[in-house]
Amino acid sequence: MSTPPAYALTAVHLYPDILNIYGDRGNIIALRYRCEARGIALQVREVTVGDAFDPAECDIILAGGGQDREQRRIADDLQARGPALRAAIDGGLPALVVCGGFQLFGHRYVDHQGGVIPGISVFDLETRHPGPRADRCIGDVILDTPEGEVVGFENHGGRTYLAPGQAPFGRVRRGFGNNAEDGTEGARTANAIGTYLHGSLLPKNPALTDELILLALRRRYGPDVTLPPLADDAERAAHATAARTAERRSRAAG
Amino acid sequence: MNPRLALAVSAGKLAGVAARRAGRGGGTALPGLVAERVDPGLVGHLASQLQRGRVTVSGTNGKTTTSRVIASILEAAGMPYVHNREGSNLMRGLASTLLGAAGPSGAIPRAVHSFGLFEVDEATLPLAVPELRPTVLAFTNLFRDQLDRYGEVDTVFALWSEALAKAPRDATLVLNADDPSVAELASGWAGPVHWYGLEDPSFSTAAAGAADARWCRSCGGSYRYERRYFAHVGLWRCRGCERRRPEPQTAARDVTLALGDAAFAVEGAGSLQMRLTGAYNVYNALAAVAVARVLAVPSSAIIAGVGAARPAFGRQEVVEVQGRRLHLLLCKNPAGANQVLLLLASVGGEGLKVATLLNDRFADGQDVSWTWDVDYEVLAGKVERCWAAGDRAEDMALRLTYAGWPRCDSVVHEPGALIEAILAGSEAGEDIFVIPTYTAMLDLRAELVRIGAAQPFFEAE
Ligand SMILES: [Zn+2]
Repeated sequence: MSTPPAYALTAVHLYPDILNIYGDRGNIIALRYRCEARGIALQVREVTVGDAFDPAECDIILAGGGQDREQRRIADDLQARGPALRAAIDGGLPALVVCGGFQLFGHRYVDHQGGVIPGISVFDLETRHPGPRADRCIGDVILDTPEGEVVGFENHGGRTYLAPGQAPFGRVRRGFGNNAEDGTEGARTANAIGTYLHGSLLPKNPALTDELILLALRRRYGPDVTLPPLADDAERAAHATAARTAERRSRAAG
Repeated sequence: MNPRLALAVSAGKLAGVAARRAGRGGGTALPGLVAERVDPGLVGHLASQLQRGRVTVSGTNGKTTTSRVIASILEAAGMPYVHNREGSNLMRGLASTLLGAAGPSGAIPRAVHSFGLFEVDEATLPLAVPELRPTVLAFTNLFRDQLDRYGEVDTVFALWSEALAKAPRDATLVLNADDPSVAELASGWAGPVHWYGLEDPSFSTAAAGAADARWCRSCGGSYRYERRYFAHVGLWRCRGCERRRPEPQTAARDVTLALGDAAFAVEGAGSLQMRLTGAYNVYNALAAVAVARVLAVPSSAIIAGVGAARPAFGRQEVVEVQGRRLHLLLCKNPAGANQVLLLLASVGGEGLKVATLLNDRFADGQDVSWTWDVDYEVLAGKVERCWAAGDRAEDMALRLTYAGWPRCDSVVHEPGALIEAILAGSEAGEDIFVIPTYTAMLDLRAELVRIGAAQPFFEAE
């Protein structure tokens, strides 16, 4: 038996002190757990407003959600990083950006008073807030994605509209998705995924977590890298419970 | 006496009798609901009789315990009071409590010598304040609730500001100096403020929990901490302006925590011992001490009252089942859960046996992602055996696995099955720590009552 190669990855968590209201820490915990289980050293670097950081040197980017006020705080800093982030993502850098982070990876976020927060155009989309009287999109979600069934929870006021040609992350089976109209959820460009499914997304969707890890490993160590499977009973059980809950609540809501 | 009030009181009392006859338990909300229909000014009319003073207690965490400690202090001082101990903390609960205290004509006996003590829900405060006309408004803290319930921090702060704008100008605010969001309530308040806070350098736990207050409400600057007790609570100072943690008039020093009790000293009041524990309960007791001092309660009664206070239903209650001591440690939100875990990490020792129950009903928060903001990791290596239960037991089990806890002994939905699993995995004489969300606690407690291990709620009170 040959000893497995010692792989090491660096994940960058963007603005963890500002964009972190929806349990986004769970995504980092899941990445770390599933890397460690395979002997992959995962270093998590926290990068916030003003910190020096070169996207070309990292293996996975993560960003979470925040309220409008928090989005404004990071907008200028994110703009300055836009070209480098876009170039790295075009070059295959895996990314997972959620809620507020997802919105600002599009072209812009337009708040309910018409105020515009510019995004960095990784995704060809824009988000508009329909006003304080519009209902928020809150509830369980089940998606069909190329990676299989994905479960999660969404909670957003803004409605996101994909430009023609922009691929979604998945199709909504249960829940609202990007705008409660067109059945799309999130966005995917190269290896970057944007989504409204927050917090406990990666723990309950281990195939997605593994895909991000594998994409990152292959980008750094070559196309032959494989990922040994894990037992995953706890993950599968939590996934099944979330899916069952979504179905039950969607039936109850009629 | 106002005839409409008398009519409202009789209608409400009648509704209470009817509800009890129909077997609908204490029917705590119904009398208030009916009486308020007849006289919408009912709460104001009844509360205005309580001439010794009227106290409201609000906050996202700890208001029930704080109110109970205040009640215990007033009890020890022999001062009569009316308290919504069993009624809800919404308008109808306040109405029911006052109705229960009033005679058939609407007069409250001994009212001129009595205090009113009212735990008030965050969102109810702006409605309750104009009616209750409080002389003292106490605030414990401002943490976020589970997100999908819309207890967003900014919303709650706006509701409280609205309430203060309607409060009597000469009322005293009793505020937690260590919580910058609560402290901000003093800006724009022209009346007296009594601050309470912790002065114990040994208490710093910087790693504990996500801060729910990060930006100064005056200037938008971020907060810097000379000492952080937990989450955003500590000796804070704004980086952008002059705002900083005020000097508390009621300060706790020399805090010591044990599993079932705690002690601390308050200058001018003396050494206090209590049968509650955890940093959060030190704050709750301290808030109560501050209120008592504002009400000019003598120190001897404060010491006796704090010592006599008992945990509220499901909060640090100990229930014995076949010789096992089940410690029920309710957690309603991430901050509450972190506090419970920190307590176990600091005083629980090694080889812990822990059951966690996660429900996702409305009162728990339908979104369970908050569990990922809770530092279950602080008990990694200290837990010997664990169980997961509740509607979302599987989510809980996964969270614990990823936190480095051992694999759960069992993952079950029903509280009965959990109790069986605990009995199978423990021996008589052992302590089992049970951490449920709100409705999971109700379900578990109902099961404990069913098997004869616990008293029903109203008897336990
Ligand atoms: Zn400031």
